[in-house]
Amino acid sequence: MISTKALSGCAATGRAEVAGGASDVPDPVGIFAERTLIHFVLLISRQGKVRLTKWYTPYQQKQRNKVIKEVSALVLDRGPKMCNFVDWQGYRVVYKRYASLYFCMCIDPTDNELETLQIIHHYVEILDRYFGNVCELDLIFNFHKAYFILDEVLIAGELQESNKKAVLRLVTAQDTMVEAAKEEASSLSNIIAQATK
Amino acid sequence: MEQLRTIGRELAMGSQGGWGQSKEFLDLVKSIGEARSKAEEDRIIARELEHLKRRLADPDVPRRKMKELLLRLVYAEMLGHDASFGHIHAVKMTHDESLPLKRTGYLAVALFIDERHDLVILVVNTIQKDLRSDNYLVVCAALTAACRLIGEEAMPAVLPQVVELLAHPKEAVRKKAVMALHRFYQRSPSSVSHLVSNFRKRLCDNDPGVMGATLCPLYDLILEDPSSYKDLVVSFVNILKQVAERRLPTSYDYHQMPAPFIQIKLLKILAVLGSGDKQASGHMYTVLGDIFRKGDTTSNIGNAILYECICCISSIFPNPKMLEAAAETTSKFLKSDSHNLKYMGIDALGRLIKINPDIAEEHQLAVIDCLEDPDDTLKRKTFELLYKMTKSTNVEVIVDRMIEYMINITDHHYKTEIASRCVELAEQFAPSNQWFIQTMNKVFEHAGDLVNIKVAHNLMRLIAEGFGEDDEGADSQLRSSAVDSYLRIVGEPKLPSSFLQIICWVLGEYGTADGRYSASYIIGKLCDVAEAHLTDDTVKVCSHILAPISFVTYFGLFLSCVLYTEAYAISAILKIIAFEIARGRKIDMLPECQTLVDELSASHSTDLQQRAYELQALLGLDKHAVESVMPSDASCEDIEVDRNLSFLNGFVQQALESGASPYIPESERSGVISVGSYRSQEQHETSAHALRFEAYELPKASLPVATAQASMSMPTTDLVPVSEPGYYKEDHQTSRSQPSGDSLSGEFGVKLRLDGVQKKWGRPTYSSSTPSSSTSSQQATNGGSHSDGGGSTSSHTRESSYGSKRQQGTEVSAEKQKLAASLFGSSAAKADRKAQASRKTAKESPLSEKATVTNATPPPIKEQLTPAAPPPDLLDLGEPVSSSAPSADPFSQLEGLLGPASATPVVSETPATVSSQTPDLMSIFSDDVQTGPSSGSTEPTLGDSSLKNSQKGATAVASKKGPSLQDALQKDATARQVGVTPTGNNPNLFKDLLG
Repeated sequence: MISTKALSGCAATGRAEVAGGASDVPDPVGIFAERTLIHFVLLISRQGKVRLTKWYTPYQQKQRNKVIKEVSALVLDRGPKMCNFVDWQGYRVVYKRYASLYFCMCIDPTDNELETLQIIHHYVEILDRYFGNVCELDLIFNFHKAYFILDEVLIAGELQESNKKAVLRLVTAQDTMVEAAKEEASSLSNIIAQATK
Repeated sequence: MEQLRTIGRELAMGSQGGWGQSKEFLDLVKSIGEARSKAEEDRIIARELEHLKRRLADPDVPRRKMKELLLRLVYAEMLGHDASFGHIHAVKMTHDESLPLKRTGYLAVALFIDERHDLVILVVNTIQKDLRSDNYLVVCAALTAACRLIGEEAMPAVLPQVVELLAHPKEAVRKKAVMALHRFYQRSPSSVSHLVSNFRKRLCDNDPGVMGATLCPLYDLILEDPSSYKDLVVSFVNILKQVAERRLPTSYDYHQMPAPFIQIKLLKILAVLGSGDKQASGHMYTVLGDIFRKGDTTSNIGNAILYECICCISSIFPNPKMLEAAAETTSKFLKSDSHNLKYMGIDALGRLIKINPDIAEEHQLAVIDCLEDPDDTLKRKTFELLYKMTKSTNVEVIVDRMIEYMINITDHHYKTEIASRCVELAEQFAPSNQWFIQTMNKVFEHAGDLVNIKVAHNLMRLIAEGFGEDDEGADSQLRSSAVDSYLRIVGEPKLPSSFLQIICWVLGEYGTADGRYSASYIIGKLCDVAEAHLTDDTVKVCSHILAPISFVTYFGLFLSCVLYTEAYAISAILKIIAFEIARGRKIDMLPECQTLVDELSASHSTDLQQRAYELQALLGLDKHAVESVMPSDASCEDIEVDRNLSFLNGFVQQALESGASPYIPESERSGVISVGSYRSQEQHETSAHALRFEAYELPKASLPVATAQASMSMPTTDLVPVSEPGYYKEDHQTSRSQPSGDSLSGEFGVKLRLDGVQKKWGRPTYSSSTPSSSTSSQQATNGGSHSDGGGSTSSHTRESSYGSKRQQGTEVSAEKQKLAASLFGSSAAKADRKAQASRKTAKESPLSEKATVTNATPPPIKEQLTPAAPPPDLLDLGEPVSSSAPSADPFSQLEGLLGPASATPVVSETPATVSSQTPDLMSIFSDDVQTGPSSGSTEPTLGDSSLKNSQKGATAVASKKGPSLQDALQKDATARQVGVTPTGNNPNLFKDLLG
């Protein structure tokens, strides 16, 4: 018994639409009916501004906007005491608020919601270590770094690495190379700038 | 670690003092941040996109600048704008030599496009090259991109390299290679199936990270075929044991739990392997018991593991001791104050009652609390639980509740789901026919257009066929009660059309059957319906309902059910008139009916026209003829359909003999052949366009090239049906539904495509048989429980008590007990006792919870173990247990930040000067940002930092905030240079996310 939903979500059929995936509601009774997969990650501010989006199942741009609108309306509407999970189109969105930023992950309804909540926290902790007391502004101006780190934490919708140090080591190694290249480039561009002046 | 902590910040800040981006970019982000409306934001982005379009097309832009432009493009697309013109530039950047640019290119490409996109072709070659790179970081970047971008058709190009990388010296590469291979397997199991043994090998990897990653593909593989992995049970159990015993490096610890994510994955795997396997389950009990014993119910992650443990236990061969432990943990969840844990508890309960239904009784009040909770998520989860525990004794209460909830929600998706659940439960457990009809009426009234059309047909059939072996009298009684209720309802406005159709049909068949209503009365009602729906868009509604449903199953149904409501109405009128004529009574045509018939006979729909003319023709027939045309109550009689039209054989034969040309099936006619050849030509073209993944520079390696091409040609043929446009599919659909569809197989290309279509759509075909079986079983249960009359009385009591509850809040507990009794217990006395008992426990539970709260005191422990992390002020919003500062609610502090006025009371400990200064600072910054950093940056940062300090609450230890203070200062300074100020409209931007 393999999930047709998750598969159709991945398959290159071009039919993996939101509605298509959601219409055949998975059997929530059977435990094995579903793969466990994070479908997308969404960071939105309290004002509903998008700070980061990462899609692990294919969505068209139009669908993405719709999804963002729906999910943020759902999530921002919820009270502080309510649980951190919310049903959306047959999927489950797990969210957590940090300061004024909501971290949301969309999972299959059969997955372990508490675990996903901790994956979010894991990610935030890594961001925190990387930026040193991360704040929303860091993520606004360095959204690409947030993406790079996310790529080390999650891959293809699955948790890739649960070791914070390993993630940070890899990201830093990449950054050092970036930095080296940056210096090189900036010295070059300085020369060019001076030459053109 | 300290090094790592700061290096990120330094790097992030960059050498230019900003966040490493140019002024332009920072300005963009800033202006977006300050945009007051979505329209303004859209304008800014539109301008930015114009600008980017120009700049990206400029060949003289330096490469480094290019990187930034690309990031700005990512930013624009993230905000929901179309930046597709720049996708090609992202692709180009992946070709770049330098890693930073390449990495940005890959990032952008992976964000912009997925494997279905045309541009992927241009990236595949680069990925392939990069996978061979000496630099492991390049390989990592390529593997990450491959996970997103490599679809089935490009897979053969990279597969060999990915497999090679499984043995790479760097663990990061091995791990990503495992995940990439896993992703490939998910996309196309057949292309990777010969490589799955690699996953087994990687399970023994020295690096726990790689081992952990390997569990993901293994989980999928085991889900598909548990039996071939039974040999790994002992290994998995051993790994889990070692993990639980903290044998992994401490860097895998998470909140003092040893590698919890790996534990959870292992538990998921064990749940599958132990399901229905006593022997395999036997290996697991010890380690599961260990995990329960060590379970930590004070942390989220501890609870996540415990929950997974419960799932595992409820799935493997049951063991009483384990079940006891699971039930105990479940009750802890349910008694918790945290909504999250209650939710998990309800879910866990739903799993456990499948093994032992009695477990639920203990928690009845907790369940009812969750059911009445204002939190929708919790409520829905509870409905799911109730759905699972529905029996014939409690079906009325549960379904009533569900319908009550269903009426009030607007979420279409969930409404559909809960409506279909109501229908399912009603069909399965209905205590009486009366109740069943009433329930269905309610469902149709409120969610008619969301319910599967099959349900409507089922209901009609049910009314027509009666309920099993019962005597005719009961059936006709049922029908007249249905007619009664429909006549009551039919006048209401805005009834869903599927419901109206049922009403029309039932009124037509049985409206005059018992003689209580006159034919003209019913005809009048039906005319009203038809009049009201002359402009109805039933067709649209129907297609809307049916479109998402599997096409194959419903295609035939679709054609037959695209009927206007008027069509139902006119046919119903026709029937009534026919019955009247058959009874020998005189029919006088009502004027409104006559106008309706006139109107319909000029309708655009030929179907409506035909029905109208049929009605007129019928009026002219005599009694005998009408009786044979429209026999009374004959809806259940089978009509034999000769699909081969064999009765025409003689005629055909005669025609052939007299020289007519024989019939040629449509598919064999010349037109189709030309289409077919056109298609095969197209197919040829696609294969000509196919990718050449092999590099050109190796002429000597002719053999591998040849094999690669050979292997490539297969996927390309497979590819074709995928890229085939939608109308072809429909075409095949129709031809498949025709009996002569087989003849299509004559043409090779067509047959191939058809196979593809069948494969893709084949499965749902079998689902059509289920409804009939369910109805038959439901009929059986109906027959069995027909004598059960007590149900309706209990629902009455419930309803009355519900009414009283609305008036008085004090009787809530009594009401709950009653509800509990009706949900859980069968005999009243038992339920009462139970309810009292559980009320006792409910009373006790706050006490015990308090005890755990005082016992827990997690904040000091946390600080000890992770000294780097500041006290959890924001972190623990969701965890009431570990809130560190009892005096100050972190949330109110946070809210206080939004408005400066409300922030002041929080700043009780800071000097008064600061609080008085804050407004001044604000005015400074709102006036002019660019006044120069000399005067602006020193004082304000001080003020801000103290503000920040005050946010931390009284418990914040000053020394601990040392580095963060510095960070904050630095960050604020940079922010000001950019021009973003904490006094802007969103000071929260500066708030540390993690306390």
